[in-house]
Amino acid sequence: MTKIKSLADLKKMKSSLQSQVALREKSDNPEGRILVRVGMGTSGIASGAKQVMEFLIDELEKRNVDAIVTQTGDMGYSYAEPTVEVTLPGQEPIVFGDVDQKKADDIIEKYIKNGELLDGIIPQNYETIDKK
Amino acid sequence: MHMLVCGGTGCHASAGEMLFENLKKEVQENNLQDEVQVIATGCFGFCEKGPIVKVIPDNTFYVQVEPKDAKELIAEHAIKGRVIKRLLYIDPVKKEQIPDSKHMGFYKKQLRIALRNCGMIDPENIDEYLAADGYEAMGKVLLEMKPDAVIQEIIDSGLRGRGGGGFPTGVKWQIASKNHADQKYVVCNADEGDPGAFMDRSILEGDPHCVLEAMVINGFSIGATKGLIYIRAEYPLAIKRLKIAIDQARNYGLLGTDILGSGFDFDVEIRYGAGAFVCGEETALIRSMEGERGEPTFKPPFPAQSGYLGKPTNVNNVETYANIPVIINKGAKWFASIGTEKSKGTKVFALAGKINNVGLIEVPMGITLREVIFEIGGGIQGGKKFKAVQTGGPSGGCLTEKHLDTPIDFDNLLAVGSMMGSGGMIVMDEDDCMVAVAKFYLDFTVEESCGKCSPCRVGNKRLYEQLDLITKGKATEKDLDKLRNLSYVIRDTSLCGLGQTSPNPVLSTLDNFREEYLAHTNEHRCPAGVCKDLIRYEVIAENCVGCTACARNCPVNCISGERKQVHVIDQSLCIKCNACLEKCKFNAIAVI
Repeated sequence: MTKIKSLADLKKMKSSLQSQVALREKSDNPEGRILVRVGMGTSGIASGAKQVMEFLIDELEKRNVDAIVTQTGDMGYSYAEPTVEVTLPGQEPIVFGDVDQKKADDIIEKYIKNGELLDGIIPQNYETIDKK
Repeated sequence: MHMLVCGGTGCHASAGEMLFENLKKEVQENNLQDEVQVIATGCFGFCEKGPIVKVIPDNTFYVQVEPKDAKELIAEHAIKGRVIKRLLYIDPVKKEQIPDSKHMGFYKKQLRIALRNCGMIDPENIDEYLAADGYEAMGKVLLEMKPDAVIQEIIDSGLRGRGGGGFPTGVKWQIASKNHADQKYVVCNADEGDPGAFMDRSILEGDPHCVLEAMVINGFSIGATKGLIYIRAEYPLAIKRLKIAIDQARNYGLLGTDILGSGFDFDVEIRYGAGAFVCGEETALIRSMEGERGEPTFKPPFPAQSGYLGKPTNVNNVETYANIPVIINKGAKWFASIGTEKSKGTKVFALAGKINNVGLIEVPMGITLREVIFEIGGGIQGGKKFKAVQTGGPSGGCLTEKHLDTPIDFDNLLAVGSMMGSGGMIVMDEDDCMVAVAKFYLDFTVEESCGKCSPCRVGNKRLYEQLDLITKGKATEKDLDKLRNLSYVIRDTSLCGLGQTSPNPVLSTLDNFREEYLAHTNEHRCPAGVCKDLIRYEVIAENCVGCTACARNCPVNCISGERKQVHVIDQSLCIKCNACLEKCKFNAIAVI
C-alpha cells in the first residue's frame, strides 16, 4: 500500500476515490452498478445480518445481477434489524427493515430487478450534514 | 407511481391500516395495479401528523390522511395527477402549504453529525472513509494550524464531553496543553457502561477511523504523541474493526511517524477493560490501564496534570471525538449554531424500553423529550400510557409527563434531577413500578461499586436493602425520610462520580412518584402490579369458562378446577410467575 505523504496527496486520493464512488452510485448511466449495503453492527449481526449478507452475495451472483454488496455499521434502526440499503443507479437509496432470507429474495426479485418497492421500507427521517 | 403509507405503530393507531387497505382496494377497482403500487413503510418520525402518505416520484407529502380519503387520492392524484391541497402539511410558522417532503427538512428531527458515516460507509475499508472527507481535518490541523488555534476552535465550538459530565472539551485540552512533560497521552474512553447505551459501540463499529483522526488532532493540539483506546473486552466487533482501522491508517502513513510530511508523530494502541462500570470514570480508567485495580483516585491532581504513568493525559469519550473532525472541517461557528445556548451540537441517544422505534438516534440539543419519544420514537408500545423516562443510566433520574416539554440539554436535565449521562433513554409505561425501577438501578450500583470509599460501598448496599423492604411491604412512611437522608449522605461524601450520582434514581423517583412509594409503605400495595410480595393472582369467577389453560401452564400446579368449572388459585403455593395471566384468553385472571 502506498503511503500518503502530504495533504496534496490526501486530497488527490480523496477526489479519485470520490469519483469512483460517484460513478458507482450517483450517475444516471445505465451501466452504473447496484450498491447493496448490509448493516453489520452488533445488533444487526445478532439478528442475522451475516446470513442475509451471504445470501445476497451468493444469490446476486447466481442470478447474474451486477451488484456490489458491502457491509456498513449500525443504521440506528434497532427495532427493524437486519437492515439493508439498496441504491439503484441514479436513484435515492432505499432502506429495507427486518430482512430475512425471504425478504432478501424479494428485494432481489422485486426491487432490484423490477424497481417495485416492498412493504416495510424505512423512510429516511434524519438530516445529514453536507460534509464541507 | 408508488404510494408510501406509514405503517409505523403511531400511524397504525390512527387508522393507517384501514387507509392502506382502502388505497389498495381503490387501485384494484380502477385497474391501476400496473401503475400504482401501495406500500406500507416504517415510521417517518412525524407521528404527530399521522397517518402519512408520501407519493413518489413527485415526493408529495400528505398528512393526517383518513381512510375515507383513499378514493380521492387515487381519483385525483393517481389518475388526474392533481395534488390534493387540503391534505398537505401546513408550515406552522409561515402558514403555507408544503407540497413536497424535500422542502420540509424540519420534519426530520434528527441531525447526524457524530453518526454521519455510521451505516453509510464500510467501516473496514479506509478508502470509503477517505472518500467521505476522512482525515482531511487531520491534514488541515497538522499542516495549516497551530495547536493553540485548534484548541481555540474547539473551545469556540462549545463542544462538551459526551460521556456524561458535560465538561467543555476545548478547556480540557487547554489545561492538558499547558502542562509540560517529556511524554503526554491522549486516551479515548470507550468503556461504555450504562445499561442500554450503545452509541459508542456503534460509532466504533460503524466509523472507527473518525475516532482515530480525532485522536491525532487531540494529540497534536496538546503535544501528545501516544494515543490509547480503553475499550471493554465485551465489544469484540468494535475491537476487531478498530484493529483493522489502525492497521490501514498505519499502512497509509496516517498514523506513525511524520504524518503527511508534517513532522508530527502519533500512534494509537488499544487497551482492554474487563467491563467494570467504575472504569468509565477517568481516574479509575487510567489506573486500570496501568495494570492496577480499577479504583478512582482523588482529584486533584487531575489527569491533565498527572494521569497515565504520572504524565499529563487527556481523556475524552468516543462520541466527543466523533464530533471533532466535523468541527475542524466546518468550523466552530457552524457547530455552535446548532443546539442551545450552553449545550452545542447534537447528542446521540439510545432509545430503549417500552417504545416503538427502539434504536439509535441523533438529535440537536434543545429538542424536547416529547419530540424524541412520541415522534422519533413512535410513542409507547401497545398504545399504553407513558409513565416515565429514565435518562443518564444508573447516574440519572426518572422524568415524568411534566418534564416532556423540557428542552434536552446538559443543564436542563440536571435542573430537573436527572442528567444527560452517556445518552441512554429508557421509556417506561404504566406497567412499570418506579420503586422496582429504583431498586434495579441500585442493584446495578451495588454490584459495580469498587468498594474503595465507604459511603458508596456501604451506603448503596443499605439503600438497596431499604428499597427491598419497601417492595416487600415491610417499610413505613418514616423509612422514606431515612431513604432520602441516606441518599444525600452518599451523594455528598462519595469519592467519585459513581457514588455521587448513584442515589439519583432513588431521589428522582421519590420526588416524582411519592404516591407510589406511599402505596407500598402505607397500603402494602404495588399499583403497577410488579412487586411480587404485594400482589396476588385471582380468578375472576364470572369470566372463567373452565378451559384449563391456566392449570395446564402453571409450573407449580397451584391451580385446580374441573373442566368447564371455575378454577381456583392456591395462594400458598403460587410463585407469581404470571404464566396463568399470559395464557388466559378470557381475561379471567387478575392481579390484585
